[in-house]
Amino acid sequence: MSSDLQDQDFTDEVEHGEELWNPGHRACAGCGPALAMKYITEAAGPNTIVTNATGCMEVVSTPFPESSWGTSYIHNIFENAASVAAGVEAAYQSFDRRDPDHLDVSDEDDLNIIAIGGDGATADIGFRALSGMMERGHDVTYIMYDNEAYMNTGVQRSSQTPLGASTTTSPAGTESIGNDTNKKDMASIAADHGVEYVATASISNPHDFKQKVEKALEIDGPKFLHVYSPCPVGWSYESSKTVELAELAVETGLFPVFEMENGEITNVNKISDRKPVREWLETQGRFKHLFEGEEGEETIEALQEWIDGRAEDLGLDA
Amino acid sequence: MAKAEQNPSDEQEVMKGTSAVAKGVMAADPDVVSAYPITPQTGVVEKLSELVADGQLDSEFIKVDSEFNAASTCIGASAAGARAFSATSSQGLKLMSEPLFTAAGMRLPIVMAVANRSLSAPLSIWADHTDAFAERDGGMLQFHAEDVQEAIDHVLMGFRVAEQVNLPVLSNFDGFILTHVQEPADIPSEEEVSEFLPPRDPEFTLDPSDPKTMGAFARPEHWTETRYAIQEAMMESKDVWAQTVQEFKEVFGRDYTEYNGMLDTYHGDADYLLVALGSICGTIRGVIDEYRAEGVDVGLVRPRVHRPFPTEELREALGDAEAVGVLTKEMSPGYESALAGEIKGTLYHAENQPPIKSFVIGMAGRDVNAPEIGTMIEETMEASAPMTFEEQESWPQLREEILNGGDQ
Ligand SMILES: Cc1ncc(C[n+]2csc(CCOP(=O)(O)OP(=O)(O)O)c2C)c(N)n1
Ligand code: SF4
Repeated sequence: MSSDLQDQDFTDEVEHGEELWNPGHRACAGCGPALAMKYITEAAGPNTIVTNATGCMEVVSTPFPESSWGTSYIHNIFENAASVAAGVEAAYQSFDRRDPDHLDVSDEDDLNIIAIGGDGATADIGFRALSGMMERGHDVTYIMYDNEAYMNTGVQRSSQTPLGASTTTSPAGTESIGNDTNKKDMASIAADHGVEYVATASISNPHDFKQKVEKALEIDGPKFLHVYSPCPVGWSYESSKTVELAELAVETGLFPVFEMENGEITNVNKISDRKPVREWLETQGRFKHLFEGEEGEETIEALQEWIDGRAEDLGLDA
Repeated sequence: MAKAEQNPSDEQEVMKGTSAVAKGVMAADPDVVSAYPITPQTGVVEKLSELVADGQLDSEFIKVDSEFNAASTCIGASAAGARAFSATSSQGLKLMSEPLFTAAGMRLPIVMAVANRSLSAPLSIWADHTDAFAERDGGMLQFHAEDVQEAIDHVLMGFRVAEQVNLPVLSNFDGFILTHVQEPADIPSEEEVSEFLPPRDPEFTLDPSDPKTMGAFARPEHWTETRYAIQEAMMESKDVWAQTVQEFKEVFGRDYTEYNGMLDTYHGDADYLLVALGSICGTIRGVIDEYRAEGVDVGLVRPRVHRPFPTEELREALGDAEAVGVLTKEMSPGYESALAGEIKGTLYHAENQPPIKSFVIGMAGRDVNAPEIGTMIEETMEASAPMTFEEQESWPQLREEILNGGDQ
């Protein structure tokens, strides 16, 4: 790649195409998070400032001097997208009050400030920044794209990695069934911060996801969205199957789709004939070892039990 | 020499160092303030909160959860075009280190007051310069104040320079010795400052009507140039600083123009010169007076600015000395005091190279008294090249009995 780059003339200024998430980014074929970025920008429109954590979406979209972003965009570090967004928001509050002509923002009231982070950047290392941003009530929409591991550094586990998944830091082995924890419930944690609008969505239903983004952006204050975004590389499956697997995770109840308003569940995407999680596990290389022995069977059962418990709590079954 | 005396006609207020710095910040009229308490800086964030609460300071004050997020919110605010201020100390500065290095790379002119304090372990809340030196290589300008007046003025001048060269600033002032002292100081009003420091007018911001990508991912074929650009901006900041101290003198009457604002000297043409940073220089001046009264030709060179490093100025100031003693409140374990090492490096290609001895003193608030400084003057006078590694650095305050498990 680098020899190509050296042949190119980068003296021209970066030009943004028509779209707000432009093609030409370096995401792998079949990348779920890249679809999430497309939907986010389509729903938000141009009057938007995106802050982004380090991770696949940053790295693939901003190889200097190119950028996929047609919106205003800032990446700082891995763990502070929420805080950077809070700072941007505070700056605009200040301009609004002190010097409304400060910048030529067409419609400052409708300015969308969106922070985007992967599951690692959000649920693990950036958790404090997110918690502070939500607790202080900044007018920021935080979107966690969940590919269930740290993909940018080569598939290490995160607190969103499902039980039984083999990753490079939770490898399956003679003494290990892979990752030994269930997914951390970020939606409830966000709701417990008093966040008015919290929702989960899957890239398999762009219409629903985009509506949720739009709804979130309408509301003043912090909002939290959790969007399910499979990764063919980290999960080890055929890249054409991304949307299918995202949907299957929803249909098995592993990833429940719902909305919470003011701490209450207000809308659940009900599932009739919820599929056994086994059907979803079978599709991916990271769970292969679960089908090779008794311990694997037990892990599948434990995961199914966890899913059933959550399904009951959420009223997921139609 | 209390700098406030230079402008005796101004009305002075007597208040704690932290409050005075906060009021100086108010005069700079920041759009966003984001800071987290840590001893001995706490008074700054408390005073700023109070000024905002009382409507005297019209800034967004972000009540952050940590220094990490104080720096991070300042980064967001500054990228959006705001004038952003923070303050911290010690462990807090360490916690900010990661975002602060990026603030330099992203060329964001955030100004921070740093109440200098040692770093754990063992836990200590008292003053030395370990924290400032730990951030030395990030690309932040660093000033060291000798008194409260300078601490205020360095913040104001810091914004001016930062916003011209697009680099962040750490404005250091010694914990407790300056933060908790009550000193008379002239606190400029916002009106006075507005002439000197107009509202920030950044070239690039996060303006949705003119979208930019900031903080991109750069590969080896581009990254070096960003670091070089920081180096260039640092070097350029010397001229900007020189102009700034000049204009500051014209507007406020306080004169920091010696050596283009880089150094402050006291009998700077003496045969024997001490070099030190910050508040200890007040005591050193007193001891110098005593020795001079006895006919010893000794003086002081105080770098006001540590980054960019005052290379030319130090060559000029130290080049004719018979010997130099560096009194320093930091050290780089495994080598020697960083300041002494830097000064040696500075003189390497100079015409004259006086022998340099360094003295690691005042660590974590250990008091440095006049007789000790006297001894260091005497040892400096005895210094001659060549010196062994052991001879060139000493720890005059070291209590051997503690190392040997004795007296606690
Ligand atoms: C402080 C710090 N620790 C570790 C890293 C290395 N790192 C960069 S991105 C990343 C993982 C990102 O994972 P996630 O947020 O889930 O996003 P993804 O890559 O999966 O899109 C890690 C560990 C870093 N950049 N900074
Ligand atoms: S590794 Fe996964 S998340 Fe990262 S770009 Fe490739 S497909 Fe997308």
